[in-house]
Amino acid sequence: MLFISRLSKFLQIAWFSYIALWSAGASANASTVYVGPNHAIRSIREGLQKIKAGDSLIIDGGHYKEGNLIIQQAIVFMGINQPVIDGNLEFEILTISGKNIVVSGITFMNSGKSATRDYASIKCIDSENIRIENNKILNSYFGIHVSNSSQIHIKTNWISGQAESEQTSGNGIHLWKCNHALIENNHINGHRDGIYFEFVTESSILNNYSTENVRYGLHFMFSHKDYYARNTFIKNGAGVAVMYSREVTMESNHFENNWGAASYGILLKDISDSWIFSNTFDQNTIGIYIEGSSRMVVEKNLFKENGWALKVQASCNDIQFQYNNFLANTFDVATNGTNVLSRFNQNYWDKYDGYDRTKDGFGDIPYHPVSMYSMIVEENPNALILLRSILIATLDKAEKAIPSLTPENLVDFQPKIFPNKL
Amino acid sequence: MWKLSKYIFYDIVRNKVIIAYTLFLFIVSLLLFNLEENSAKAILSLLNIQLVTIPLISMIFATIHYYNSYEFIEMLLSQPLSRSRVLWSEFLSTAASLILALIIGMGIPILLYSSNADSFALLLTGIGLTTVCTSIAFFASVHSRDKARGIGIVLLLWFYFALIYDGFVLMILFNFGDYPLEKITLLLTALNPIDLARVSIMLKMDVSALMGYTGALYKEFFGSFSGILYTGGIMIMWIIIPIYFAVRGFNRKDM
Amino acid sequence: MIQIIGLEKRFKKLVALNGIQAEFSKGQVISLIGPNGSGKTTLIKCILGLVHPDHGLIKLNGQSIFKDETYRTKIGYMPQIGRYPDQMKVGQLFQLLKSIRNASRFDEELVEQYQLKQIWEKPMNSLSGGTRQKVSAALAFLFDPEILILDEPTAGLDPLASELLKEKMQREKLKDKLILITSHILSDLDELTTHVLYLQEGQIQFNGNLEDLKIQTGEEKFGKAIARFMETKKASPYVETI
Repeated sequence: MLFISRLSKFLQIAWFSYIALWSAGASANASTVYVGPNHAIRSIREGLQKIKAGDSLIIDGGHYKEGNLIIQQAIVFMGINQPVIDGNLEFEILTISGKNIVVSGITFMNSGKSATRDYASIKCIDSENIRIENNKILNSYFGIHVSNSSQIHIKTNWISGQAESEQTSGNGIHLWKCNHALIENNHINGHRDGIYFEFVTESSILNNYSTENVRYGLHFMFSHKDYYARNTFIKNGAGVAVMYSREVTMESNHFENNWGAASYGILLKDISDSWIFSNTFDQNTIGIYIEGSSRMVVEKNLFKENGWALKVQASCNDIQFQYNNFLANTFDVATNGTNVLSRFNQNYWDKYDGYDRTKDGFGDIPYHPVSMYSMIVEENPNALILLRSILIATLDKAEKAIPSLTPENLVDFQPKIFPNKL
Repeated sequence: MWKLSKYIFYDIVRNKVIIAYTLFLFIVSLLLFNLEENSAKAILSLLNIQLVTIPLISMIFATIHYYNSYEFIEMLLSQPLSRSRVLWSEFLSTAASLILALIIGMGIPILLYSSNADSFALLLTGIGLTTVCTSIAFFASVHSRDKARGIGIVLLLWFYFALIYDGFVLMILFNFGDYPLEKITLLLTALNPIDLARVSIMLKMDVSALMGYTGALYKEFFGSFSGILYTGGIMIMWIIIPIYFAVRGFNRKDM
Repeated sequence: MIQIIGLEKRFKKLVALNGIQAEFSKGQVISLIGPNGSGKTTLIKCILGLVHPDHGLIKLNGQSIFKDETYRTKIGYMPQIGRYPDQMKVGQLFQLLKSIRNASRFDEELVEQYQLKQIWEKPMNSLSGGTRQKVSAALAFLFDPEILILDEPTAGLDPLASELLKEKMQREKLKDKLILITSHILSDLDELTTHVLYLQEGQIQFNGNLEDLKIQTGEEKFGKAIARFMETKKASPYVETI
């Protein structure tokens, strides 16, 4: 299985990096330096000057305002007793550029904000094997900003911004040109995009909770061979956007309550060779919007109470929708053309009203998930004002009886009688 | 007027049709609340039922009641009562009993299962729609010669408001699709009480998001104070105008 | 008491009343007679204000009745067919009318004679047609009005009830009231009638003292006198419409 092999690969990477780091730390002449109000060294800057590669800098509880701190050696940079490092709304708090570095247990707050520079609480440049974990990042422009790096592990961080608009805020976790990254168990809210990937390959995003970000909960472009699982994206301004990528796997994520004039569970644009399965799309304006995509499998997902469960543009081809459950969506499927090159098979549609007299678990007549009204609305969005009118109910019934407007080949020949087990 | 209304009201609430209507609403509401796991969905289904049932039942019942009361109305008119008073009393008590049926039939389930602002907005809209339809039915009844013709006319009106009108709206939307139609659409919904009720509830129920930018615009409008005034005002116009012309016609009519 | 001046009413092409000129005074019992469609009911409805005449005037004690409805406090009306709200109880109906009339003095003679108190709690739709007529009759006399307008009063009543009603009318006549009756059953009115108004095609053919009619036709009995009168008028055919 694709996903299991990938998972084991990541576990391997994680294990090796762990060993590498701690073997360096445990080497003969490694030492530990303490920084804090009650220690000999009171400033972090001073502490950083005193240590060498392989050492640990332990920051004791306290409130530190030290401008921009820079780490370039392989060290463990760790907080105990909840130290706070404050950027005073002026500085980039921590800049990392190196190998084998750990940053953990620290609260970063009030990074600088700038329209021209990407200030962040933690910035990684040209790095390798960096672990950033158990930190709190509050009121920052960018939370964690990583570029041109590999083997970056960002785990169990709480990243909370106070973004008001797209222009005046940065992303929670921002990765540019990275590979083999692992983003896990983070909570991100109040940024522009919760998690942002651009040119990030062979990476995993697991178990994150991204909510109430101004734009997207997750946003990635040109990021191939990535794996997204068990993440939750709730109440983000525009949901999740995924563009210009291939070999993407999305499994068991929740896309919930991304509800607004231009909001999506997922927006898929120019995606190919990808696999979307076992996800839940609950109360999104549009569950999945797909355009320009090809060779994909969308299966075993639950689409519940969305405005549109699926919007499949005619520019897609070879997309297989199977074993999904569609429940209580206003529209199940909408499309903008009559020639649809996607296939629907063995989905459960709660709007299906056929019978199963052959007792094989499938309805006896095929189901056309695109209603006449959804075609009308696609052509003329103002017609939504007629939603739930008797006229529309009548038209849909009539169209079901004698199909004429709805795409003939968008059809599920084996609609399930009972919901699929997901 | 109130005394007379009271007596007529006592009569109508014991009418079998009204009792059946109450029971129907009650059972359907209970069923919906029990079947739909999500009460918002139940409210939407109730809206669908409202939009069909309330206009149909209210108009036909009011018309039949008017004609069945013809001799009694004649008798009342031989008393020292003005005609306006008699017709207003009939109108008020008919509307009141239909509203009572709605409040019991739909209001109690709502109170039990989903007492939130949306549900009460639905109930309020239902009450408005009932009154509008009673008013229209009285207008049609006063101005038509006999019971069969009266019922025929209200059925046509129902068909027009519930179905045909929306067809016209759809035609306009398609024929003038190149023009900005937001304001026109808004105006068009106001010219049909059933649409007005539907749209105002629908926007409350957050379907506005589906309408994109336009929907947000509508929601802003219908949600604002001036929007509520507008909706309420148009509803009241829909009540006042037909009953006003009904009373005027009734005053001039030979019994 | 009631003055009718140049009353005209048309229903589309049909002329219902055509220049009616009449005067009714206290103590008179006027039989309003004529074939179907002759305008009897229209005339009554004009007096009650149920039909608006096209031309002409009706005055009650010198005052036009078209100005407002208060004149109807002086009138008791018994319709030809009494239909009342189905679920309304007999008692409620009486209560309702009492509250409308705002009167203090009630004449409940017929209520007692017809034993209506026994059905006081019954809803209207459980009553037979005859019983409903009894209710109508009792209501017409309830407020002791100066003018009684009775449309086919004895039509649906059983002989006993009919007799009681006639006795009641007799007593009211002696109280110097004006009673206006339409009836088909001519013999019924024999002892009561003082005056006759004979209508045909919306026009008055005869209006006068019963004695005059008897003399004019040479018949002793009221019924026969009317029949004779109708024969003489038969020359002019009428269309049976309303």
